[in-house]
Amino acid sequence: MSSNIQPASNGLFWTTLDAAANWSRANSLWPMPFATACCGIELMSTSASKHDLSRFGSEVMRFSPRQCDLMIVAGRVVMKMLPVLQRIWLQMPEPKWCISMGACACSGGVFDTYAVVQGIDRFMPVDIYVPGCPPRPEQLIAAIIELQAKIQKTGTLRATEFADRTTPEGPARFDGDELVRIRDRNPVQFNLPVYDPRH
Amino acid sequence: MMNSTEPQKIALEAALSAVPGPRAWSTFRDSLRLNIDAISLVPTMTRLREVGLNMLIDLTAVDLLEYADATDRYRMVYQLLDTESGARLEVRTHVNDPEPKLPTMTTLWSSANWMEREAYDMFGIVFTGHPNAKRLLLPDEFASFPLRKDYPVKGRGERHNFPVVTRSES
Amino acid sequence: MPLELLEPTSDPSHREGLWTLNFGPQHPATHTTLRLVLTLDGETVVDAEPDIGFLHSGFEKLGETLDFNQYVTIVDRMNYISPLANEIAWHHVCEKLLGIELTPRCTYLRTILAELMRISDHLLCVGACILDLGGISAFMYAFNERERIYELCEQVSGQRFHTSFTRVGGLLFDVSDQWLANLKDFITTFPKMFKDVNRLVLKNRIFIERCQGVGILSREEAICGGATGPVARASGVTRDLRRDEPYLAYADLDFDVICSRAGDCFSRFQVRMLEIEESLKIIDQAMQKLPGGPIFAEGSGKELLPQKREVYTSIEGLIHHFEAIMPNRQLQPPKESLYAATESPNGELGFYIVSDGTFRAYRARTRPPSLVHFALFPQLIRGCMLSDVVAVLGSLNIIAAELDR
Repeated sequence: MSSNIQPASNGLFWTTLDAAANWSRANSLWPMPFATACCGIELMSTSASKHDLSRFGSEVMRFSPRQCDLMIVAGRVVMKMLPVLQRIWLQMPEPKWCISMGACACSGGVFDTYAVVQGIDRFMPVDIYVPGCPPRPEQLIAAIIELQAKIQKTGTLRATEFADRTTPEGPARFDGDELVRIRDRNPVQFNLPVYDPRH
Repeated sequence: MMNSTEPQKIALEAALSAVPGPRAWSTFRDSLRLNIDAISLVPTMTRLREVGLNMLIDLTAVDLLEYADATDRYRMVYQLLDTESGARLEVRTHVNDPEPKLPTMTTLWSSANWMEREAYDMFGIVFTGHPNAKRLLLPDEFASFPLRKDYPVKGRGERHNFPVVTRSES
Repeated sequence: MPLELLEPTSDPSHREGLWTLNFGPQHPATHTTLRLVLTLDGETVVDAEPDIGFLHSGFEKLGETLDFNQYVTIVDRMNYISPLANEIAWHHVCEKLLGIELTPRCTYLRTILAELMRISDHLLCVGACILDLGGISAFMYAFNERERIYELCEQVSGQRFHTSFTRVGGLLFDVSDQWLANLKDFITTFPKMFKDVNRLVLKNRIFIERCQGVGILSREEAICGGATGPVARASGVTRDLRRDEPYLAYADLDFDVICSRAGDCFSRFQVRMLEIEESLKIIDQAMQKLPGGPIFAEGSGKELLPQKREVYTSIEGLIHHFEAIMPNRQLQPPKESLYAATESPNGELGFYIVSDGTFRAYRARTRPPSLVHFALFPQLIRGCMLSDVVAVLGSLNIIAAELDR
């Protein structure tokens, strides 16, 4: 998760402000739990009393996207749910980060079927991936700590580091083999619907 | 095993004697099955409900396209239960392409409502008289019926057809 | 105190002053991904239309591509708060189809695990609902107890949940004496913690006020709507598959079936909490009567998987395992179809397997209790207030993965 992004301003004043902002943001990440399936239960377990997530700053799970800065996508995302996910991501104010928790959110998991999106990073920017089916609470906590380290290292006060990420970071929308397979099997043209999350 | 369903079969056959249509009974591992035609579905089910099978446990379809020596395309299966005596019955009927159609069971058991919607969603079987005949699980614009045997497991690309949101614009 | 129910109008859209509220699919109280479109008259719900499918993953299509031992990993992920109950249900149907008789030790162990899962499920249902209603402490207490159940699952199978522990004809591993000692420890210390949860929930004035008289399901509606499990038993339908169609070791064990006549949210929670106590009784008796012997049934040949110890230490075990996984010596089910059900914590979880004689199911249909219960939701909520939506939804214990599959 190393980054080659240079901060916009290098002076002592700005880097000190950046460091202060990073410290406060990293240690008070309020998660937006986008819990869809089984990983949601492990997310609840992580915030319960045995593996307490609020020790690391995630004191409350605010379910309103306007009040959160970390979206944890826990569980599989299906076709019907993806526009909802994108809309909620767009509703979150800057700075914001995304953790993709569980095998299903990272890559589709065991569900390589017609309905499940094979990884949310195909359609949304993701910062940290947590493998596991479901990941243990300790793994999620490790991911949050890693995100805190990432913020400390690459964050800026005015959240300018995100403007450089202009290209989609996940797998290509259609990888070549899959498209060939689909076209070989189904020679008919389909008018597939297009979802626009902004409307 | 055969003995335990014999009395139930005799009692039900006697109760259904007034209902027209061919009936075929079979047993497998202490479950009793009744095979009827789609035309006699409503009178048979109404009579079965009158004699005490008051709960519809499950309603589903099977696509027999790749099943060896199958004569029809879709088999509809209804699992009925008598809550007083605990007796169970599996009722089967068949429908075919094109336009597989069956009368709805929602007037008899309200649990049929969503299960018929799901059968339509997954197989394309139309239930005439259903109060809310829309898709249940898949998006309304989804164009295919996924549980049919000629639809591939990985789909036809519908799961990839979404706009991509990059970090700089979100 | 019971609320007075308003008469529903025949066509709500013609009444002035009604407004629509979209509840979900992203909402803390919708227990992951459920959506309700509520038509409200002020705060009173006039109509509710559920919109589901936000977690439909194609389980049944996957069931046609995986064999009986592989599909258990997928079935695990249906009712994800009591995964072993789903596995036991799936393999119950597989073994009935194949005509395999389990060993006594296996039946008792599966009974113990099924009851542990029942405790886990009911604790989460009650804990999550009271979290939604605002009582966060009970949620913490319930989850603490569930962590102990997770530790037991982890010790026996290696995974906290999604254990994939059962196989056709037996279990993956046998349990150790240490595990039995830990289980005994759990049973002896759980009642004290459970009394605390009980006092925080069932004796909580606010919880009682919010749940009593709300969302009443009559007996006729429950039967017509196909409700089973705690939802039906709270409305007076005295059906419990453990007693009426005994499977596993339930015929030899002594337990009560908890029923209620009230049919409201509070009675559904009461039934669940009292069922936890009954489950403890069952585990205790099963532990005392636990027989020794092998875990795996004697198959008619070599179709069943061998014990892992033999796979790793002997060449015959390795070859046998290889041939059982590859389609050489696969299970040969009869070319028939079968529906069978078990009493899962949520209700009657049944599977309808159509077999075409090969090692894979031709059709593996799940009969999901959550789908049937969620279909009852609109009639339960008509006339109640907006804040009762949360209570009723929680009391039905709708698991979205089981609902949508």
